[in-house]
Amino acid sequence: MKLSVWTYEGPPHVGALRVATAMKGLHYVLHAPQGDTYADLLFTMIERRNHRPPVTYTTFQARDLGADTAQLFKTACLAAYDRFQPQAMIVGASCTAELIQDDPGGMAETMGLPVPVIPLDLPSYQRKENFGADETLFQLVRALARPMDRSADVTCNLIGPTALGFRHRDDIIELTALLGDMGIGVNVCAPYGATPQDLTRLGAAHFNVLMYPETGEAACRWMTRELGQPYTRTVPIGVGATRDFLGEVAALTGRSVALDESRLRLPWYSASVDSTYLTGKRVFIFGDGTHVASAARIARDEMGFEVAGLGCYNREQARMIRALAREHGVEALITEDYLEVEARIAELAPEMILGTQMERHIGKRLGIPCAVISAPVHVQDFPARYSPQMGIEGANVIFDTWVHPLVMGLEEHLLTMFREDFEFHDDAGASHHGAAATPRTPDPDAAEAPDSGGEVIWLDEAERELRKVPFFVRGKARRNTETYASERGLTRIGLDTLYDAKAHYAR
Amino acid sequence: MTAPAPATGCRDVPVLAERGQQEVFCGLTGIIWLHRKIQDAFFLVVGSRTCAHLLQSAAGVMIFAEPRFGTAILEETDLAGLADAQEELEREVDRLLSRRPDIRQLFLVGSCPSEVIKLDLSRAAERLSARYAPKVRVLNYSGSGIETTFTEGEDACLAAMVPALPETDRRQLILVGALPDVVEDQALDLLSKLGIEDVAVLPARHADSGLAIGPNTVFALTQPFLGGTLAALERRGARHIPAPFPFGEEGTTAWLTAVAREFGVDQAHFDAVTAAPRARAARAVARAAEDLRDRSVFFFPDSQLEIPLARFLTRECGMRAIEVGTPYIHRAVVGPELDLLDRGPLLTEGQDVERQLDRCRGTRPGLTVCGLGLANPLEAEGLATKWAIELVFTPVHFYEQAGDLAGLFSRPLRRRAALRLEAAE
Repeated sequence: MKLSVWTYEGPPHVGALRVATAMKGLHYVLHAPQGDTYADLLFTMIERRNHRPPVTYTTFQARDLGADTAQLFKTACLAAYDRFQPQAMIVGASCTAELIQDDPGGMAETMGLPVPVIPLDLPSYQRKENFGADETLFQLVRALARPMDRSADVTCNLIGPTALGFRHRDDIIELTALLGDMGIGVNVCAPYGATPQDLTRLGAAHFNVLMYPETGEAACRWMTRELGQPYTRTVPIGVGATRDFLGEVAALTGRSVALDESRLRLPWYSASVDSTYLTGKRVFIFGDGTHVASAARIARDEMGFEVAGLGCYNREQARMIRALAREHGVEALITEDYLEVEARIAELAPEMILGTQMERHIGKRLGIPCAVISAPVHVQDFPARYSPQMGIEGANVIFDTWVHPLVMGLEEHLLTMFREDFEFHDDAGASHHGAAATPRTPDPDAAEAPDSGGEVIWLDEAERELRKVPFFVRGKARRNTETYASERGLTRIGLDTLYDAKAHYAR
Repeated sequence: MTAPAPATGCRDVPVLAERGQQEVFCGLTGIIWLHRKIQDAFFLVVGSRTCAHLLQSAAGVMIFAEPRFGTAILEETDLAGLADAQEELEREVDRLLSRRPDIRQLFLVGSCPSEVIKLDLSRAAERLSARYAPKVRVLNYSGSGIETTFTEGEDACLAAMVPALPETDRRQLILVGALPDVVEDQALDLLSKLGIEDVAVLPARHADSGLAIGPNTVFALTQPFLGGTLAALERRGARHIPAPFPFGEEGTTAWLTAVAREFGVDQAHFDAVTAAPRARAARAVARAAEDLRDRSVFFFPDSQLEIPLARFLTRECGMRAIEVGTPYIHRAVVGPELDLLDRGPLLTEGQDVERQLDRCRGTRPGLTVCGLGLANPLEAEGLATKWAIELVFTPVHFYEQAGDLAGLFSRPLRRRAALRLEAAE
């Protein structure tokens, strides 16, 4: 038993729902109690879908448990087929139905439905949402895809985008254009937008593009084995990764790399002098493994940040994230407990967080700016505008998104210059953010209580001086000074200690 | 101000009982508002990842002040041996209570999986109560989807609190139902002006409120979904004051009248106290009703508020009800409402969502009141909708909120009228 307040992932049947909702012509019959239908609103509200997810829930109640829940499942299954006439069906159980062991898969097989019925076995008490999506797509592909002649032109399948995915909608468009520039067409994109009939044509592609390992890797592995299709390993998020991805595609297809960089602005924006202030900003990165790995590379190589810490919530990617953390010289945090994430962030005191909606809230509490880079998603993560993460435009979007929460370039310098000004001071916050500016309280000593960091004591003069340091680097200055002092066995921090430390850490 | 009661109400109208897919929340959802209302309580759901996911999704946004609810997620090992699960639960509670010393009441909330594996939460609550008495009281109830529908979770929670209340002989009134503080204060103020001073509220905001119960207690429900709590209170010797619910000017007046009659308040004094707020409520409702009048309304089952709200919309806002679907009809509770609701609408209990959608599309109602899973799909089909959950989360009771209540229904219609999004012909 594990106490959980907020979760990064839902149960595995929600992953199956993400696959079913992304597709057309597929219907999911879920053996589940009344109440599990809440999952519909994830799609209709968060993603603003204008159709109900293609799911029939049996919604059994206590009175049915004594009677015949199996019959209820059969009735629901037949009614769903009659009403929706799907090309294929998937059937399975939610956590409660798993306990009553009605075996939806076995029952559905005996019902003689005239379309493929694919049973899902998703262990609700062991696995989670991403596994559910990955496994569902894998089972669909295994049941429906067959070896066949390759298409005359070079084509690929896009594998992994689902409903409720972080910017999946726009990544598909970006990738399709990117591949189109190399003369490579998309055979099938799955599950997003595909029908079961489309899945039968997967074998015609020359290779697969694994967009999101979280939700597409099992299917890609199977297709390599059974259909002889290689798949790409690089996820094209960021400038470097996009170039590497196209290099990988070129190697797979024998085509030469063609990348139209005329719209690519990240490299110049990052090189321009206004971005100097980004140098060495300490960022903490947390999310699903794939997005964290992409973000770490962009943060270090393309934005000039320092990765202060990183981690992921999906254990499936733990090994990869641990290796990545070693490369960055930090310790990986693999957890699904947001309280642990909050504690780590508080301890590291980064200047910025790249995280999920959960970390956005943590940042709000700790006063640390945050940009969202990964699911779990929120209605904000489905912007009306085109806003991919992948490819050329994805890199541009990421530059803007990550810079937005920060106090910007020249403004940061002005803050340093005017740091004692009554209007233009630290607590007023960034000028492009909506909240009303707070006038400085007349008594600066009342603004922030001195905090004796463990055994080291801050003398008044040093504490006052520290307060003059702009807020977005104050945490770092405090930490550096305390580290400097304790390394030298100093128990009291005076003005000199502060400036000695500043000189010591100067870059 | 409103029409006289219909000669033949809906009390004896045959009800269409449906048993198919129910597109409703389970009772766990009530924790979203109960934990805000009972300020020293923690709600610990003993359930699965699905329960945790529901709680964080149902509210639409996360309530990030570390919420006073959480889920003890059952794992494979808990399912293997049940004795184990009891110990595990106690360990989690120990950890929780040591981290949150501000907690005075702990609710162990049963879920579908905990009910199916027959995890005995009442035994756990007893043992934990003994260990933590008197500082923390541990109670249990079920919010599982196999037993409760949406607002029935609040009913189960309040009913669980009743047996533990101390005994009193005091002549007193208890208002039963979790209302937003602002509304509760208004109600207490109105009752005080009527001269009814000894009034308590269930649920109380804090554990040490001194709430007690006994044979001289009378109680009035402020929510129509509290049938289980009603029975629990009657078992303690308290007496129910049946009344329509305080929605709208008419409902509030009828509810107050029933209470005033019980306490012998004379009519002149009643009129003097209620005249001004009644007039204000009627004016506010009339403004919103301009957009609602002569339109039809269709209710999907959600919170059991459907029958009182259909009464309000038809009698005070001039709407015509086509279908009033509700998860459960408790006649002892909504009888007075059914008397006021004119015949005509189809009354349905339970749900078969696909068939109900067929009926809804067939009648093309002017406004459809439904859950969040159905609202956008129906909007995309061109039907105006009102999310039902907002009716539970928003202050809508009593005179001063009557206009807001009507406004919740008129806003989607005003919005549709305001938007000019179609391409030019």
